[in-house]
Amino acid sequence: MTLTRRSMLAASAAVPLTGLAAPALAQTGPIRIGMITTLSGPGAALGNDIRDGFNLVVKNASGRLGGLPVEVVIADDGLRPENGRAIAERMVRRDRIQVLTGIVFSNVMLAVAPVVLPAATYISANAGPSQLAGEGCNANYFNVAWQNDNLHEAVGQYVTQQNKQRAYILAPNYPAGRDALTGFKRFFKGEVIAEQYTRLDQLDYAAELAAIRNANPEAVYIFLPGGLGINFIKQYAAAGLRGRVPLYGPGFSFDQDVLPAVGEDALGCFNSSQWALDLPVPANRQFVDTFEREYGRLPSLYASQGYDAALLIGSAIAATRGRVGDRAAFAAALKRADFQSVRGQFRFGNNNHPIQTIYMREVVKDERGRIVNRTIGTAFQDHQDAYASQCKLA
Amino acid sequence: MDSLLLLEQTLNGLTLGVMLFLMAAGLTLIFGVMDVINLAHGSLYMLGAFAGATVTARTGSFALGVLAGVAASALIALLLELTLIRRLYARDHLDQVLVTYAVILIANESVKIVWGPQPIFLGTPEALAGSVEIIPGVPYPAYRLAIIGAGILAAAFLWWLIARTRLGMLIRAGTTHRAIVQALGVNIQVLFALVFAIGGALAGLAGMMAGPLLAVQVGMGEQILILTFVVVVVGGLGSVRGAMAGALLVGLVDTLSRAVLPTVLRGMMEPSAADQVAANLGAVAVYLLMALILAIRPQGLFPRHA
Amino acid sequence: MREPAPWHVRRGWIAARLGLVALLVAPFVLTALDRGYLLPVMTRMLAYGLAAAALDFVLGYGGLVSFGHGAFLGTGAYVTGVLLHHAGQRTPVLRWPVEIGGSADALVAFPAAAITAGALAFLIGAVSLRTRGVHFIMITLAFAQMVYFLVLAIPEYGGTDGLMLPARNNLLDLPLDGDQPIYWLALALLVGFLLVARRVMEARFGLALRGARQNERRMLALGYPVYRIRLLAFTISGAAAGVAGAVLANQAAFVSPDLLSWQRSGELIMMVILGGQGTLFGPVLGAFALLLLEEELSAVTEHWMLVLGPILLLCVLFFRRGLWGQVSGAPAHG
Repeated sequence: MTLTRRSMLAASAAVPLTGLAAPALAQTGPIRIGMITTLSGPGAALGNDIRDGFNLVVKNASGRLGGLPVEVVIADDGLRPENGRAIAERMVRRDRIQVLTGIVFSNVMLAVAPVVLPAATYISANAGPSQLAGEGCNANYFNVAWQNDNLHEAVGQYVTQQNKQRAYILAPNYPAGRDALTGFKRFFKGEVIAEQYTRLDQLDYAAELAAIRNANPEAVYIFLPGGLGINFIKQYAAAGLRGRVPLYGPGFSFDQDVLPAVGEDALGCFNSSQWALDLPVPANRQFVDTFEREYGRLPSLYASQGYDAALLIGSAIAATRGRVGDRAAFAAALKRADFQSVRGQFRFGNNNHPIQTIYMREVVKDERGRIVNRTIGTAFQDHQDAYASQCKLA
Repeated sequence: MDSLLLLEQTLNGLTLGVMLFLMAAGLTLIFGVMDVINLAHGSLYMLGAFAGATVTARTGSFALGVLAGVAASALIALLLELTLIRRLYARDHLDQVLVTYAVILIANESVKIVWGPQPIFLGTPEALAGSVEIIPGVPYPAYRLAIIGAGILAAAFLWWLIARTRLGMLIRAGTTHRAIVQALGVNIQVLFALVFAIGGALAGLAGMMAGPLLAVQVGMGEQILILTFVVVVVGGLGSVRGAMAGALLVGLVDTLSRAVLPTVLRGMMEPSAADQVAANLGAVAVYLLMALILAIRPQGLFPRHA
Repeated sequence: MREPAPWHVRRGWIAARLGLVALLVAPFVLTALDRGYLLPVMTRMLAYGLAAAALDFVLGYGGLVSFGHGAFLGTGAYVTGVLLHHAGQRTPVLRWPVEIGGSADALVAFPAAAITAGALAFLIGAVSLRTRGVHFIMITLAFAQMVYFLVLAIPEYGGTDGLMLPARNNLLDLPLDGDQPIYWLALALLVGFLLVARRVMEARFGLALRGARQNERRMLALGYPVYRIRLLAFTISGAAAGVAGAVLANQAAFVSPDLLSWQRSGELIMMVILGGQGTLFGPVLGAFALLLLEEELSAVTEHWMLVLGPILLLCVLFFRRGLWGQVSGAPAHG
């Protein structure tokens, strides 16, 4: 085989990531994976964790996924749908990237989907809007995390079991926020005394807290990811509501991106997640250990999703021997979900969304004085989303 | 809505009003004395918050953080005046808008490089962490009450400065009879630099106080900047009294309309739609207020005597 | 009595013609070079060029610093988007007082965008033009913010998430699909506006507008209805910006509320100043330069604003003629 100038360039470009360029691949260079995610603003910590979780897998395998060298191209959408769309256009059209992942927020996801899905495969490591799970499901769109409603459904059921009758529920006004409260109401059998939507960039909840006190509910349910949750939980305590009205949420408001900043104000809050720090799964122990060693902090559920997304993509790269451009074959390989998820059991339903177990967790102080979640039980076993039956995929 | 809830929302409106006043007082002075329109005022607010947050994190003392925030903003304002703003006094407002807009871009990007794109979530100082019962059964966050208190102190200080000191006399003269002040041989360069630094200090104070309520992040300055301009225009360009009145008015209208509108609209449409309409019409209310006031008093509530 | 045009005017015309030729061959060259992905970027450049030239109409010639032109750009985009949205949903835009249906026809959408944005500019101008100086800057900004939040308040049109469009417009029953048709449409609209605007500025109307900028009292004393001239200019400018918005909506098949934001208004001013105010061609060049800078610098560094800021600063402080002044050698007005 003669090494052309072009292939030599490609091979040398791959060296820093791979350590050793695979000769068979020297003619194409590494497989490029586009990661559009949120790295600035109040949602920055989420994208940060997804990216770090994803990169950890690549790093552990010396720059490879599925045995082949990859290059992860990362861009910040700033939580603006317009930005996400422009980045997606650039990645798909100019850079001809065929595998994309990373979007945190559902409004960005919905703006990007029409640009990406006709030309590439998208593996969501977070956003799971209902619009892409039901009738609008797509053979080239996979969600490795959950459908938006899932974690909220679990808490809805849990709050009902706790015999709380009157709930005040609150979420940001964007697709995932609306999905969240829909999910909660689907399994909550008591009375929703107020359903409040806030701005996605809102950080001061004084007006809402005054209204909550005035309404005097038995339970407050919030879906406020990242920085939104940090502020709400702190302000909830400062307004004297902590200890008076129990606060519930999905794992998004009570995970390792939020807890260190909130501190003891979050103690005793119950939340749901498809993953937990203390899940007794070997793959999870390895993930938590290597993550902490690499980044010096505990991983969040977002990090676990980024990690699983990388493992899933790796499994499909291995199965197709790197022919990610053969979209039918690549999608079929993804659908087999032939990887060791940090959650243990994992499989896809017909609509390319997970069928999985959802756990309930409680925020506690561990023996080292850190504020963490402890798994207290299982909310759903093999849970599938409510939209799957509307999806025509097999 | 019952009266206790109304009281609480009014206090929330006052908190916003105080923040706006601290911002608007500096902006209106800078405009009144130097005839400069400074878009970068929001950047001073942001830089003060970042400097203060850093010092708070290093020392563990929020009070030191506030001092550092105020000092840093004043210093940066001074540097800005000496290097850039000084060149703009003779220029038209368009040039001022553009140069200070460029300063926003530079400040935002520099902060992103130094502190990273992630926001800093500043804790409330230990002493002010809890709540105070303003009326039995109605706890209100102590920190918010402290902000209102700090605003009153700042307003009193400004009043003393402007009404009782020689510097204040020059500032007053400068806003109304600039040429005469210059002719009297006052070192106008020093006066301008001082006024700019005072404006910077107030912006830094506002930024640092907003830290625990919101988040210290890139772009925080622009969020408050536009409302501040509304306050300044409503109050009358150059008038500190006007800034006070305008700030309280805008703070109350913004907060109360957002509090009242959702309950009104809930009956008419589904919750997410009602909240979307309410949140944005609440914002429109502020601009409507501005248009109405300008229609009645084109020079604002407290026009300066030119 | 026709004097020969001064050298800088001739040089300007030569440069403008060379530019036009470049734009005419660009799609073919880019396709041949396998750089077709740049065409959508160029379409956006043309649209922003149109919006910036429209702003120059009032800012450069009339001396009216509008800090709210994003509102007109965004209104044009939303009108196009809303018509397409309802055409896709097969629902009416308005039921009352008159029923208006959606439309995918460009011959409906573009005029509707122009008329709506123009009407909005007329209303905003009618109030704002009674003020001067800083008040004018601030009040146009405030009105634009009002429009921004009003649009965000309509649940049907996506709020902060933006409005996704089912398709692009049709022109004479042909869909504007692919990269080229919308490019040619944008180019035609830009060239058309520039030709008309040149004429207008050399006619009595333009002279009066410029005269009022230099010395309002004198023009009033000469019997010119300064307020009405300015209002008409503001309305035309708003309408043209609205057309630019319609192009952007089509190009992206997506309407973002960002188009209405004050930052967008600021960028439009920036384009005018970078390019050279009061020259019409300059702002177009400014728009091209700014978007090119964004496209190229953002590929090199995420901190490209740190490059843009100082460039803007230096331009305002030291190169007041702008880019067009460098090209044509012409002094900028104002």
